[in-house]
Amino acid sequence: MVFKSPVEGIDEKFEMIQILNEDGKIVNEDAMPDLSDDDLVELMRRMVYTRILDQRSIALNRQGRLGFYAPTAGQEASQLGSQFALEQDDFILPAYRDVPQLIWQGLPLYQAFLFSRGHYHGNQMPEDVQAVSPQIIIGAQITQAAGVALGLKRRGKKNVAITYTGDGGASQGDFYEGVNFAGAYQAPAIFIVQNNRFAISVPVEKQSAAKTIAQKAAAMGIPGFLVDGMDVLAVYKVVQEARERAINGDGPTLIETLTYRYGPHTMAGDDPTRYRTEDMDSEWEKKDPIVRFRKYLEEKGLWSEDKENEVIETAKEEIKAAIKQADKQEKQSVTDLMSIMHEELPPNLEEQMEEYKEKESK
Amino acid sequence: MAEMTMIQAITDALRTELKNDEDVLVFGEDVGQNGGVFRATEGLQDEFGEERVFDTPLAESGIIGMAVGLSTQGFRPVPEIQFFGFVFEAMDAVAGQAARFRYRSGGRWHAPITIRSPFGGGVHTPELHADSLEGLMAQTPGLRVVIPSGPYDAKGLLISSIRNNDPVIFLEHMKLYRSFREEVPEEEYTIDLDKAVVKREGTDITLVGYGAMVHTAIKAAEELEEEGISCEVIDLRTVSPIDMDTIIESVKKTNRAVVVQEAQRQAGVAASIVADIQEKAILHLEAPVMRVTAPDTVYPFSQAEEVWLPDHTDIKEKVKESMNF
Repeated sequence: MVFKSPVEGIDEKFEMIQILNEDGKIVNEDAMPDLSDDDLVELMRRMVYTRILDQRSIALNRQGRLGFYAPTAGQEASQLGSQFALEQDDFILPAYRDVPQLIWQGLPLYQAFLFSRGHYHGNQMPEDVQAVSPQIIIGAQITQAAGVALGLKRRGKKNVAITYTGDGGASQGDFYEGVNFAGAYQAPAIFIVQNNRFAISVPVEKQSAAKTIAQKAAAMGIPGFLVDGMDVLAVYKVVQEARERAINGDGPTLIETLTYRYGPHTMAGDDPTRYRTEDMDSEWEKKDPIVRFRKYLEEKGLWSEDKENEVIETAKEEIKAAIKQADKQEKQSVTDLMSIMHEELPPNLEEQMEEYKEKESK
Repeated sequence: MAEMTMIQAITDALRTELKNDEDVLVFGEDVGQNGGVFRATEGLQDEFGEERVFDTPLAESGIIGMAVGLSTQGFRPVPEIQFFGFVFEAMDAVAGQAARFRYRSGGRWHAPITIRSPFGGGVHTPELHADSLEGLMAQTPGLRVVIPSGPYDAKGLLISSIRNNDPVIFLEHMKLYRSFREEVPEEEYTIDLDKAVVKREGTDITLVGYGAMVHTAIKAAEELEEEGISCEVIDLRTVSPIDMDTIIESVKKTNRAVVVQEAQRQAGVAASIVADIQEKAILHLEAPVMRVTAPDTVYPFSQAEEVWLPDHTDIKEKVKESMNF
């Protein structure tokens, strides 16, 4: 061959960024984020709480008390480390598994349950939460994020749009379109790809010849980072720096977090034993984000078993109360749907509205 | 008042709304410096700047997805899909996202987006430029579909579409762009969406059409007049939702109807109108309601399009069939 591809070896350039290793030791002191002890404790509290919420949600789903649910255990550092780097007015465009970020940004728990149950109120973000509801179509949120980010830029706001997808999502056309648009307009967007190794059952190795998803940033002309997605400090730090660049006018960032979902894809019948081995599961459980952060905080004297139990009890009580509140919500009707869809009811729906009012009054 | 072609009237409407509302953004492939491949956005970037009128990367899904995102920041996006056959690239962004944005956010967000796009046959375009895909859009709840039949309507309907707070698909028949001029007021005016208009009064039969087919129907009506058949011609203007009140009122008077569309026959706008007429006015009918449409094939390569497209003789035949029933 006369010509050698200049991108040869590019994947080796994307080394995984880690600050806190599996043993709970800081391995990259220079990169330590500027977080107070209270912040560190708060991050731990959120991860523990979210793990309990996941366990309870799975149980509630099995009892038939929740609807659509995508388990989150294993991905807490990726989800909550990134969310912790946001300001209240930053805009979140989540994928279906990214309900925890919305909750910690201010979506009441009972609404998260209503989202799961298929009630529109679960999608109705409170006024102080700048977010859309979790996206079901893989990748659709990514082009929208480019638009939100461009809008923020045009309004002169010092805020970012952050969007989440998975390793499978990085194969969608919308991924390339959205990231590329944000790059072309130097819009303040952060694109997080939570690479949990499997798109339902298809392993990431089958998604692409590229060894990392982070390296795809190079083709779009923007910064890209590969991060240990089980290390909450590394995720926080990389997102926080991406946010700084974005609001300073330096454009978008693509971040791949290496993580793992312990549970099934969703609670609707997925069986991970068909595509994963127990060895693989236990190998990843050794990297657990909560275990390593617990070790680190205990060493610093910031965390204890009592503290953790307190968080667990609070979580359980709040979840119980939230389910009760969700139960009280009146069932969504078809006439609700008809009246929400448009600003003004079109004539065909006017007629159908009457029909359904009668049907629902029976 | 000035004489304008439809393309000039569209530019004029865009200019009017860019002036009226600083949240209006016009963007798409080649709409900036180049002024659009049909010159619909001619001079607008110079007048309003690159922040308001701008080129996008070449990706339809990205364009519409971006429009949805911009909506959350209070903008009123007017994206262009360069030719409507390219909308297949953006079907999720249009039908899966923009159309349900208000509902899926429980009203927290809405998408005041007007997607402009040229379409329509008879101008010898390559594949996937001329297709009449309004039926796909009309079958998507949450979208309005507006199709003007001339310059005056184009300006008034486009201004109304842009001001509407829900997504509108605004389809511009390419054959109408420069084929004739009309008096168009230079000042702003709106035309009500969701309302059809009687273009020509008649007593024997109702012809319903939209876009370029309105003119084909009028031509048929003029020739039939000489043969002693009086046709009423209705221009839908908005093809989703359909103004059935105007149609039913006319059919109750004429007792006969032929529905005309350039699109293929199966499951289209015309089929829906025929179904509604028989549900609401069957006892007023003297004959089955008939359709004039293209055949159920893909849009042909340009050599076959003259035969493929419905013309005024097809309409005349159907009218006579109805009259002689």
